[in-house]
Amino acid sequence: MNTVATVSKVFIAFQDNEEARPVVEAILADNPQADAVYSPGLVKINAPGHLVVRRATIEEQTGRPFDLQQIHVNLVTLSGHIDEDDDQFTLSWNQ
Amino acid sequence: MNIDLQARQIKPLRQTFNRVAAYTGDKPASRYLEATLGVQPTANFHYRPTWEPEFEVYDTRRTAVKMADWYALRDPRQYYYATWTMARARQQESMEASYQFVESRGLIGKMSDAVRANACEMLMPLRHVAWGANMNNCTVCARGYGTAFTAPAMLHAMDQLGVAQHLTRLGLALDEPGVLEAGRNDWLQNPHWQPLRELVENTLVIQDPFEVFVAQNLALDGLLYPLIYGQYVDEHLAIQGGTAVAMLTAFMPEWHDESARWIDAVVKVAAAESGDNRGLISNWYATHVARAQAALVPVAKLALGDAGAEALCAVRETLDARARKAGLTL
Amino acid sequence: MDTRVTKKKLGLKERYAAMTRGLAWDTTYQPMDKVFPFDRYEGIKIHDWEKWEDPFRLTMDAYWKYQGEKERKLYAVIEAFAQNNGQLGVADARYINALKIFIQAVTPLEYMAHRGFAHVGRHFTGAGARVAAQMQSVDELRHFQTETHAISHYNKYFNGMHNASHWYDRVWYLAVPKSFFEDAMSGGPFEFLTAVSFSFEYVLTNLLFVPFMSGAAHNGDMSTVTFGFSAQSDESRHMTLGIECIKFMLEQDPANVPIVQRWIDKWFWRGYRLLTIVAMMQDYMLPKRVMSWKEAWEMYAEENGGALFKDLARYGIRLPKGWEIACEGKDHISHQAWNAFYNFAAAAPFHTWVPTDEELNWLSEKYPDSFDQYYRPRLEFYRERQQAGHRYYSKTLPMLCTTCQIPMFFTEPGDPTKICYRETTHGGDKYHFCSDGCKHIFEQEPEKYVQSWLPVHQIYQGHCFKPGVDPTQPGFDPLAAVLDWYDLNVGRDNFDFEGSEDQRNFATWRGDAPQAGSAKKGGAA
Repeated sequence: MNTVATVSKVFIAFQDNEEARPVVEAILADNPQADAVYSPGLVKINAPGHLVVRRATIEEQTGRPFDLQQIHVNLVTLSGHIDEDDDQFTLSWNQ
Repeated sequence: MNIDLQARQIKPLRQTFNRVAAYTGDKPASRYLEATLGVQPTANFHYRPTWEPEFEVYDTRRTAVKMADWYALRDPRQYYYATWTMARARQQESMEASYQFVESRGLIGKMSDAVRANACEMLMPLRHVAWGANMNNCTVCARGYGTAFTAPAMLHAMDQLGVAQHLTRLGLALDEPGVLEAGRNDWLQNPHWQPLRELVENTLVIQDPFEVFVAQNLALDGLLYPLIYGQYVDEHLAIQGGTAVAMLTAFMPEWHDESARWIDAVVKVAAAESGDNRGLISNWYATHVARAQAALVPVAKLALGDAGAEALCAVRETLDARARKAGLTL
Repeated sequence: MDTRVTKKKLGLKERYAAMTRGLAWDTTYQPMDKVFPFDRYEGIKIHDWEKWEDPFRLTMDAYWKYQGEKERKLYAVIEAFAQNNGQLGVADARYINALKIFIQAVTPLEYMAHRGFAHVGRHFTGAGARVAAQMQSVDELRHFQTETHAISHYNKYFNGMHNASHWYDRVWYLAVPKSFFEDAMSGGPFEFLTAVSFSFEYVLTNLLFVPFMSGAAHNGDMSTVTFGFSAQSDESRHMTLGIECIKFMLEQDPANVPIVQRWIDKWFWRGYRLLTIVAMMQDYMLPKRVMSWKEAWEMYAEENGGALFKDLARYGIRLPKGWEIACEGKDHISHQAWNAFYNFAAAAPFHTWVPTDEELNWLSEKYPDSFDQYYRPRLEFYRERQQAGHRYYSKTLPMLCTTCQIPMFFTEPGDPTKICYRETTHGGDKYHFCSDGCKHIFEQEPEKYVQSWLPVHQIYQGHCFKPGVDPTQPGFDPLAAVLDWYDLNVGRDNFDFEGSEDQRNFATWRGDAPQAGSAKKGGAA
C-alpha cells in the first residue's frame, strides 16, 4: 500500500511568468522529489504524495517579504488536500 | 504580418453582441453593458428546481414587482467585476494606510478606556447585522430576475461581508479577541439589541427578492449607516477622542454613499414602471422603515443617550426624502 | 496600555474563523428551518457544521487585493490584444471556431454557476460553507465577464459569436451544456456542490482550462490563454471547496456515503459526456497542437482522478460508475463528436472542416489504436466528396439521448463500429439513451428527466418556428425554419470553414495571397 511505486502524485501549476519564477524555484528547492514540466504559458510541478510551499524559501529567493496568499495571483491549478498557515502551504494525499 | 499589412483596411463586421445591440444599436459598447445586458437565460428551461418546483430556475414570478424589461434596472456605477474589485482594492489600500497611521501614532492607546469600550459595545454587534445583509443580498441575487438587478446584488453581498470583516478587524485592533464574543453575546441576549435582531431575522425569511432589497438595502441600511457612522462614529465618538475609530471605519460611510446610488436608481426605475409597482414598493418601504426605526430606538439610545431619539428621527427624515426623490409615495 | 501592545494575535485559521463563521448565529425569532429551508431534504445528515474545514482562507481584503491585481493584468492583455489586432496573429482562422464554442457553450455556464452559487451561498446552514460558495459566486461572475470581454474583440471580426446568448436557450447542441447545469441547479445544495465543485471542477475542468489554454497560447491567442489561466487560478479555490464538501459529508455520517456515491456516479458521467465537446476542440480545433485529448485525459483524469479516488477509498467511496468506459472512450469520443458536427455543420453556428494531412498524421500518431482504423478513412472520404463539390450536410434531425441530450453517436463499449442505443419505459412512454450511464441516471430520477426540453422533440412538436410559420405548406423546409427561429445567419455563421466569410476575411486582413481551399490540404488530392 505504502510502497513508493503506488504513491499518488500531487501537483501545483503556475503561469509561466516572472512573478511565479521565485515561487517555482522555492518549491523545487524545498521538494527535491518534485519535477517541473513546462508547456506553453504554464509550469506544472508534480511530486509524489506530498509537496510544500514555504514562505521563508520564497523570501530567500526574492529578498522581500512574501505573503503566501500572493500565490493566488499566478496559481493555475493544483491537486491534493490543502493545509495552509502563515508560513507554509502543503498539498498531500492520505494513503 | 507586419505593420504595413496591419494598416490595411480591417473593418469590423459588427461592434457588439446582439443582446447588447438590441438596446444600444450596433455601436461599440461599454464593458458594463457587455457584462450585463441580456445575459441571463430566459427560455426553454429543462427542469423545475426540486427545492421550489412551483418556479422555473429563473422566474419573474418570484417577485410581485412587474417589469416589462428587467434590464431597465441599471447600476449607475456601471460596475462589472473588474471595476468593482479594483475599486474595493483601492479603498482597501487606503484603509491599510489608516491602520498604519493609527498604529504608528498609537492612536488607539490614546483613546480613553471608556470610549474604547463604548465603541466596541456599539460596533461589535453590528458585525452580525452586516452578516444578515450579506445573506439578504445573496437572496436578491439568487431569486431576482435579470443580470442588471442580480449581479450588483452579489457584489453588494460581498461588500457586506467586507463590512462585517472590517468591524471584526476593528474589534481585534481595539481589544482582545474576547471582544468579538462579548459583542455576539450582546447581539444574542442584551435587550438593547433584541428588537434589531428580531427585525434582521424577520428579513431573512422574506421570499420576494425585491421586498428583501427594499427592506434591507433601503429601509434598514438607509437608517443604520447614517445613524451609526454619521451620528455616532463621526460626531459622537470623534468628539470624545475616538477619531481612530472613525478612521478605521471610513470605508463604511463611503461605501454606503456609493452604493446608495445603485439602490436609489433601482427603486426609482422600478417605481416609475407602473402605478402598481410604485404602490407596492412604497408600501414595502413604509412598512419596513417603520419597523427598522422602531428596532433602532434602543440602539440609538445606547449609542447617543438621550440624543438618540432625535438623531434617529433626523436620519428617518433624510431617508424619507431620499425615498421620495426615488419616486416613492409616502 | 501595555497589555494592548502585547495583544493576542490570531493565527490564519482563527482569524479567518472570526471573519466568517464567527459572524453567524442560530436564529431564535425565526426558526432555523425556515431561514435555511433547503439543505435537509436531500437526506444528507450534518451533525456539526463546526467541523467544516474552510477550503482557502481569503478574507475580503486579501480577496479584493489579489483579484484586483489579477484583473488589472488580464484587462491590460485584453486591451493590448484589441489595440494590436491580435486576432490576426492567431495561427489559423480555423482556431477561432473553438472560441465560438467557448462563448456559446462555456461562458453561459459560468453565469449559471454564478447564480447557482449565490443560491447555495445563501442556503447552507453552515456559515463556512456559505462564505466559500459566495466567493465562488462572484468568481464565476468574473469568469462570465472576462470571457465575454476577451471574446468581444473577436466578435467584431468573426461570425458565430454575436448571438451566443440567444442560441444558448435554443440551439440543439447547446441544450447539452444548458441541461447539464440546470440539472445541477435544480438539485439541492449538497448535490449542486458535488456536481459542480467536485465532479466537474475537481475531476474534469482541468481538462478544459489547462491543456486547452496551453493550446491557445501555442496558437498565438494571448487573450484567451490569459483569461483561461486567470480563471483557472480561481478554480483552484473552487476545486478545494469541492473536495472539502465531499470529505465533510462523508465524515459527518456514514449514511451520507451511498448518497454521495450516487451523486459522484451521476455527475462524473454527466460531466464526462459534456466534455465530449472539449475533447473535440482539443483534437480538431487547435491547429497547433500541444497534447491530444487522450494524453490530457490520462494526465488529468486517470492519474489525478485516480489519486483522488484512491484517497477517498478510506471513506468507502469507489471510482465513479462508468469510469472504465470513460477511459476506453479516450480513443474515440473526440473523433465521433467531430464527425457528428461535421455532418450537422448546417445547423450549428460554427464551422467545421476536414483536417489537413499533417493534422491527420498527428491524429494517427496520437491515436494508434483507433484513428486509422475507424476515423481517418471517413474523414478522407468526406474530403474527397467535398473537393468534388459535394460537401454533405445532414438535414435530418438526430435522435437525442434523453439525459445528456447529445445525438446518438457514441459507440458500444468494446465495439467502436456499433452505435450504442439504450431505452427504457416510464409512464407508458419510451425514452432513449446514448449509454448505460445516461439510462441509469434517468432511472434514478425519471420525474426530473421527463421534463427535458429536448430540442429535436421540440422541433417535431412545432415549438421551434417563428410565429406564423405554417409547416403544412407545400415545400416547407423545416431546417430553414428552425435556423430562422434560431436567428442564425445562414451562410455566415454555419457551414464548412472552406469558403466561409471568416476564412476570406482572415486571409484578406493578413494580406495572405488568396488561396484555393485545397491549399490547406497538403498533397492529398
